[in-house]
Amino acid sequence: MAEALALIDYGAGNLHSVNNALLAAGAERVAVTSDPDLVRGAQRIVLPGVGSFKACAEGLRAIDGMEEALTDRVVRDGIPFLGICVGMQLMATRGLEHGTTPGLDWIAGDVVAIERTDPAIKVPHMGWNDVSPMRHHDGAELLEGGEAYFLHSYHFEPESGRDIAAMTDHGGGLVAAVARDNMLGVQFHPEKSQAFGLSLLARFLEWMP
Amino acid sequence: MTVRVRVIPCLDVAEGRVVKGVNFVDLKDAGDPVEQAQAYDRAGADELCFLDISASHEGRGTLLDIVQRTAKVCFMPLTVGGGVRSVEDARALLLAGADKVAVNSAAVSRPEVVKDIAERMGSQCVVASVDARRSGEGWEIFTHGGRRATGIDAIEHARKLAALGAGELLVTSMDGDGTQQGYDLQLTRAIADNVGVPVVASGGVGNLQHLVDGVKQGHASAVLAASIFHFGTYSIAEAHEALRAAGISARG
Repeated sequence: MAEALALIDYGAGNLHSVNNALLAAGAERVAVTSDPDLVRGAQRIVLPGVGSFKACAEGLRAIDGMEEALTDRVVRDGIPFLGICVGMQLMATRGLEHGTTPGLDWIAGDVVAIERTDPAIKVPHMGWNDVSPMRHHDGAELLEGGEAYFLHSYHFEPESGRDIAAMTDHGGGLVAAVARDNMLGVQFHPEKSQAFGLSLLARFLEWMP
Repeated sequence: MTVRVRVIPCLDVAEGRVVKGVNFVDLKDAGDPVEQAQAYDRAGADELCFLDISASHEGRGTLLDIVQRTAKVCFMPLTVGGGVRSVEDARALLLAGADKVAVNSAAVSRPEVVKDIAERMGSQCVVASVDARRSGEGWEIFTHGGRRATGIDAIEHARKLAALGAGELLVTSMDGDGTQQGYDLQLTRAIADNVGVPVVASGGVGNLQHLVDGVKQGHASAVLAASIFHFGTYSIAEAHEALRAAGISARG
């Protein structure tokens, strides 16, 4: 039997796009679910997310027992986890979009607005940009350098540089990926990044951290 | 390097088929939208845009089906526009697999719809269309495929749409559309320099230099074109190459 991959449905994702991409990347079975019990039985978890940090955090917490199930499975049991866009940002301590909202606090840091340092720098940061992996990082086994599609107005600033797995540049450095142990969070959209994104998803599906 | 200038082929769709408007009249049928979308995905287009030009007259079921089938086989961002009038319309397209929705006529008659969609689904998924024609010293907003004047100043309207939460503006010169004479660079630049969100230049591309001009002179963050790609005059790779040759950051 194929292992159970849970794709979390909490009303805040481009769920079908991520599901389509996981299947195209070779996933045999994806359970699109909002059931914490299924999350507790999953061997691999993907948390998508588009929209605002606040709306996504509220959506996740509106499901009774979901936050606990995720934290137990990912932080306590150490199963492979991938957060995408706001799903990555939710790994932070808190988000500062539309007021201060607590995140899952798996990786210490804040999610703050991208500053427009120059009138030519447009926000949202929208389009294809570099993914430059940090050479020393464990997450480098999953991340390869290349170009991926970004779409965001806020960015994750981890407290410790050791949690940064990849950077990009938009009027200054922005974190493109965070990673620690069994967790990977990507600010870009692998499901919208053609061959580059599908190959990252394929490596995540095989990842044994 | 910084974020790449996006090259966006746009497919006009009516009754489930791709059509290409020449000044929004005289339509030529040119194939199945899903197949064309896949071809552009393989060719490395940075995004794809579907505009349903028949949406105001006909059912939207066909479009939702096309979006759904496209999202299954294409792994690039997809913007869908035409007939989006409400949060419900936007939600249906996003659920079908669109990443962004373009709001045209409704953004003129009821600009708050941009705010409604941005608040519920996020600014990142709202593209507000600015369809304008030259009028005296400035530009005026037109609706209904460029047929109906509104008396609204285009620059003011663009600023308003950005303030209401649009994540991107799709600026189309209705004078240039279908003429292959190039973008209205002054219009594009006047808007791009007046808003903080990305601007997509649209309407009138006939050659690759027009794309370069849209960025260098028009200050656009993305360049949209239709017939030069559909009829095979130029490939996406050639467009990227022309941009890079002009010192513009582009993929490839």
